[in-house]
Amino acid sequence: MASGSTTSDPLRDTDSEVAVVIDGVSKHFGSVHALQSLNAHIRYGCLTGLVGPDGAGKTTLMRILTGLLAPNSGQATVAGFDVVDDNDAIHVATGYMPQRFGLYEDLSVMENMRLYAQLRGMDADRNADLFAELLDFTRLAPFTERLAGKLSGGMKQKLGLACALMARPAVLLLDEPGVGVDPVSRQDLWRMVQALTDEGMAVVWSTAYLDEAERCDSVLLLNEGQLAYDGPPGELTARLTNRSFRLEQVGDQRRAVLAEALDLESVSDGVIQGAGVRMVLRADTGSEQITALAGRVDAQLRAVPARFEDAFIDLLGGGPGGTSALAEGLSPVELASDVAVSCRDLTKRFGDFTATDNVSFEVRKGEIFGLLGPNGAGKSTTFKMLCGLLKPTSGEAQVVGLDLRRATGAAKGQLGYMAQKFSLYGLLSVRQNLEFSAGVYGLKGAARQARIEEMIDIFGLQPWLSAAPDSLPLGYKQRLALACAVMHRPPVLFLDEPTSGVDPITRREFWTHINGLARKGVTVMVTTHFMDEAEYCDRVAMLYRARLIALDTPDALKRGAVSDHQPDPTMEDAFIHLVEAEDLADEARSGATV
Amino acid sequence: MNGSNGPRPEQRVPLEAMRRFDPKRLWALVLKESLQAMRDPSTLLIAFVLPVVLLFLFAYAVSLDVRAVRIGVVQESQSASAHSLAAAFAGTRYLNVTFVHDRREVADRVVSGSLRGFVVIPQDFEQRLANRGVQPLVQIITDGSQPNTANYVTNYAQGVVQTWRGGLGVEAPQAGVTLEPRYWFNAELESRRSLVPGAIAIVMTIIGTMLTALVVAREWERGTMEAVLSTPASVVEILIGKLLPYFALGMLSTLGATALAVFVFDVPLRGSLAALLLLSATFMVPALGQGLLISSVTRNQFLAAQIALFSGFLPAFMLSGFLYEIDAMPAPIRAITWLIPARYFVSSLKTIFLAGDIWAVFVPNLLAMAGIGILFFLLAKRATRKNLE
Repeated sequence: MASGSTTSDPLRDTDSEVAVVIDGVSKHFGSVHALQSLNAHIRYGCLTGLVGPDGAGKTTLMRILTGLLAPNSGQATVAGFDVVDDNDAIHVATGYMPQRFGLYEDLSVMENMRLYAQLRGMDADRNADLFAELLDFTRLAPFTERLAGKLSGGMKQKLGLACALMARPAVLLLDEPGVGVDPVSRQDLWRMVQALTDEGMAVVWSTAYLDEAERCDSVLLLNEGQLAYDGPPGELTARLTNRSFRLEQVGDQRRAVLAEALDLESVSDGVIQGAGVRMVLRADTGSEQITALAGRVDAQLRAVPARFEDAFIDLLGGGPGGTSALAEGLSPVELASDVAVSCRDLTKRFGDFTATDNVSFEVRKGEIFGLLGPNGAGKSTTFKMLCGLLKPTSGEAQVVGLDLRRATGAAKGQLGYMAQKFSLYGLLSVRQNLEFSAGVYGLKGAARQARIEEMIDIFGLQPWLSAAPDSLPLGYKQRLALACAVMHRPPVLFLDEPTSGVDPITRREFWTHINGLARKGVTVMVTTHFMDEAEYCDRVAMLYRARLIALDTPDALKRGAVSDHQPDPTMEDAFIHLVEAEDLADEARSGATV
Repeated sequence: MNGSNGPRPEQRVPLEAMRRFDPKRLWALVLKESLQAMRDPSTLLIAFVLPVVLLFLFAYAVSLDVRAVRIGVVQESQSASAHSLAAAFAGTRYLNVTFVHDRREVADRVVSGSLRGFVVIPQDFEQRLANRGVQPLVQIITDGSQPNTANYVTNYAQGVVQTWRGGLGVEAPQAGVTLEPRYWFNAELESRRSLVPGAIAIVMTIIGTMLTALVVAREWERGTMEAVLSTPASVVEILIGKLLPYFALGMLSTLGATALAVFVFDVPLRGSLAALLLLSATFMVPALGQGLLISSVTRNQFLAAQIALFSGFLPAFMLSGFLYEIDAMPAPIRAITWLIPARYFVSSLKTIFLAGDIWAVFVPNLLAMAGIGILFFLLAKRATRKNLE
């Protein structure tokens, strides 16, 4: 398919392997340095992960590579074209999927695809076979007439990918395609991208999820605008050999053990994994301290393979300590009943659409209870009914023994709620938001002032007090939202996706607080996208298509997914296993009724 | 070249797609915008329902004419001529008269606003009548908080008295020349006839400036602009693709409003439809340009709506000569009106509806609108570079 285009272009790269050259690229916005003299190469036929916490400069780099931003200094070429001088060619050479869903929600799937095909110079009618191929590839064929705004998060991302793939770009740039996508759809995306790189396309996948980085051929690790690592993820992980350990079967003590481990000098990072505690040692330290800890709690210490996330946290100097100042100041929670939250036959219908279908469970006092499920499974709806924000169509929900339908005011005072979307007042300053929350929950006088100061201190909000919440980095927004939700020391805490989009270190800090609160007897209900975070939960309720399909401890759920080719399944594997089993059961049911 | 499993770069990038202007791409964008506009109830509401509401409002609710003004007539004198004068007041359709015998009865009603003023026919009316104009015949008291109406009540009441006196055959102290005023273009002086054409300018400003500012800002807000900018489509294509559908919508809306004006509100269209369409099309240039400029600068729907309201809608409403006479404005404000495209459009509209195709009026107006429009477009093009800086 040699095209006749032989116009000599001095800037064209002679080395066909290198797709992107980043040469000393810097970019600043006002006084904020988003990127600082970055140097890197990205190759064809290679899936390159652009990895880093929020605010590391991933999106800025992506936008420079698509010619939407010009670097302040340095040069970048994509497919042999300079991003500034050959801006028009860049737009032909690249396919770009922005971080936010960039398609038209009031156009149908097919209309969006046609639009992008035509914008990229393809005739939609003459390329019917390519359309069919893309629809098949994305599994969107049954939904061509559906408005894009009515698609689930995963389907939206797949449609975005299909549109970015029109006219086969040489370089595909995907900005956080995995955000807001459930594990099943995420697997689909990986499969699609893998197929594209096999065909020789250069694919850049930016992500804050570190487990995604592990699946890339090569990784550019960004932190605060600087390149922290460039190479295959395995090489970085290899540096951590013999530094990752797991304390097996710690059981009920795991939160105390984790807190203790994190406060040890030789431990740089630690997380809960089911009934065990996973720890990473600092460089050049021995395992004496953790061996001693293992002896104290009478648990077996096992060396485990290092993960990319371990290496990342280590590169950034380790995670936060294990002691939660927030929980320290709290006196143990006393509740009349042992059951903090319960619901029976909870159902919510919107028109003829059932969002939550006959869900029943009980949450014990001091339990961390996780609500998991793909997008649109009914997590948020169930959550909102439990904390009295939505009236159930039928069924009952109780918080600390109070019926939310009758005593919503009293029940609401007993709970703290952190919404999925940032829900503080953008026009009030950080301090005013804190004062407002304190006022709303009835804190008065000196107690109110003391509590506000305590929150500022614990969450490190001092430098931001007069700033507008909208201008805060995401991590601080979430900290502020958590501060507002816990200020009145509620015995029950509802956290809807508290760590969505938050960098790994801040996530650890959040979980340190959540663990600390749970140890004081606070009941925590949490929804999350991060499958590894589900491991922190005492029990996990899995929602799928509005129904509760599983409810058990993380370890038990993982055990259910054990198979010959998956001897040691992760939480994500367990999730996919459950969803697939449910789909099979559904098919069997509908087959039986036909 | 080991392991190079893809084509060479010059084969990877189909440079024929790298054209600056491609009618097919433009068409795709126009189609997309039209689909969106048709699916968005608020767009249709603004384009078709709002004009109808506005026209009805200006045709019926807002009236600068004074008709059936409520006044009181205090009959302190019970003589036959006093009764005759009172009857003269009752006989006019411009006044709505309440008759009383004591001025205290009406004084309170003027204070409360239910009457605009009152006329006192004094006890010594016969005597004054006999004195032949040495003393004023009647006393007229009006509500000065509404100066226009107060003037009107005074003048009209005096007119009634004078006419009545003339009818008596008594020699009236007046000049030998009688003024017989004649109003051209709007013989009945119906304000509706000048308001309804002007309202079309308001409707076009709303569609051209407000709607455009909103829809372009929406693309920035929702992140769709970022996705479109990353395709080979050029800024010119994106902007024209955005404006063409709203241009068409504005023209359709003008036609609808004109039909409504002519067939429902009985406003005559003395000029030609072709000239009206030419004027409207030219006015859309500054209106769309302004909307585009606002949205390119703010990139935020709320802000765009606010700025469009203050810089587009309100000036078109107040400073275009639509409601208030430009000649009656103080000089600095009058100077500002030269910058307002709606000013030229309103004057043209009034001419074409009430007078006819007067090209001596249209040509300078067309040039001014086109000039301001081109200025807005140049500024908007500068503000919308093909990037996100």
